[in-house]
Amino acid sequence: MKRLIALVALAFASPVFAQEEQSTAPYAYRQLDDPAQETKAQDLMETLRCLQCQGQSIADSDAPIAGSMRSLVRERIKAGETPEQIRAWLIERYGDYVSYAPQLTGLTWPLFAVPGVLILIAFLLLRRRFSAKGAGQ
Amino acid sequence: MSDLPAKAPRWAIWLPLALFLGFVALVIVGLYRPADRNVASALVGKSMPQFDLPAALPGRPGLDSKVLANGKPHLVNVFASWCIPCRVEAPQLGALAKAGVPIEGISVRDTTENLQGFLQTNGDPFQRIGADDDGKVQLALGSSGVPETYVVDGKGTIVYQHIGEIRPEHLGLLLDKLKEAGQ
Repeated sequence: MKRLIALVALAFASPVFAQEEQSTAPYAYRQLDDPAQETKAQDLMETLRCLQCQGQSIADSDAPIAGSMRSLVRERIKAGETPEQIRAWLIERYGDYVSYAPQLTGLTWPLFAVPGVLILIAFLLLRRRFSAKGAGQ
Repeated sequence: MSDLPAKAPRWAIWLPLALFLGFVALVIVGLYRPADRNVASALVGKSMPQFDLPAALPGRPGLDSKVLANGKPHLVNVFASWCIPCRVEAPQLGALAKAGVPIEGISVRDTTENLQGFLQTNGDPFQRIGADDDGKVQLALGSSGVPETYVVDGKGTIVYQHIGEIRPEHLGLLLDKLKEAGQ
């Protein structure tokens, strides 16, 4: 019974570090009043990386810095900035890593080019094979 | 298919397997190489963003970014009372302050009481402490966590970013960077 009480008490104990969640960023856990703006903000937040828990988007993460980032995104959307402007502002500070939407850069262009090249090679190979068959008959 | 003339050399049959094994080797190397998970600020080498933070403590000035362009190099320490590594680096910051380095604090998502308690326990090396309650300045700096320390030269340009706590072995490097920034 004692153990059970301890378990129940544990479930309700607030962790010592919960204090760091006292974020005063106004829109960390509050949606924008305008649903259209909130949708825009939400779509952007799902494609921005939380810098602390790096596998999550800031929309998914409960890390305090993700709260600050959500509030930043919502406040800027509210002020009339476009999602791509906000993404660019963050990339300027944190590099491409902060964005889940891949950017076309000097380093990443092969990712975009290789599928096209592979399709081209396949096309050339198949054409040779089919025309060889045609000549054989 | 079998009536196709075999033009390719015999070894070519091993080519797909070799490609596949090469790919597997690449994946294994990528999996086992410890990756650097620190997100460095892209602002190193650029000027400090403009901000004017209110005072975090009564009787201590807040932090205006203009102060950082007053001709002398500064250390800007991003910290919080809830951050454990900030306690680890406190003695090193104290040593730097004793050596005459101006240290400016940016206190992230903190409260006055917690901050006062933190400084009482761990020492107080700061000339100014700005309260960044919503974390906006932290984001403007390209800082991805606490603690982080920026070396800013006399013109307000960020010349170096130290991510994580300052351990005793980092002191030499930081002092070198400060000296370079002062030239």
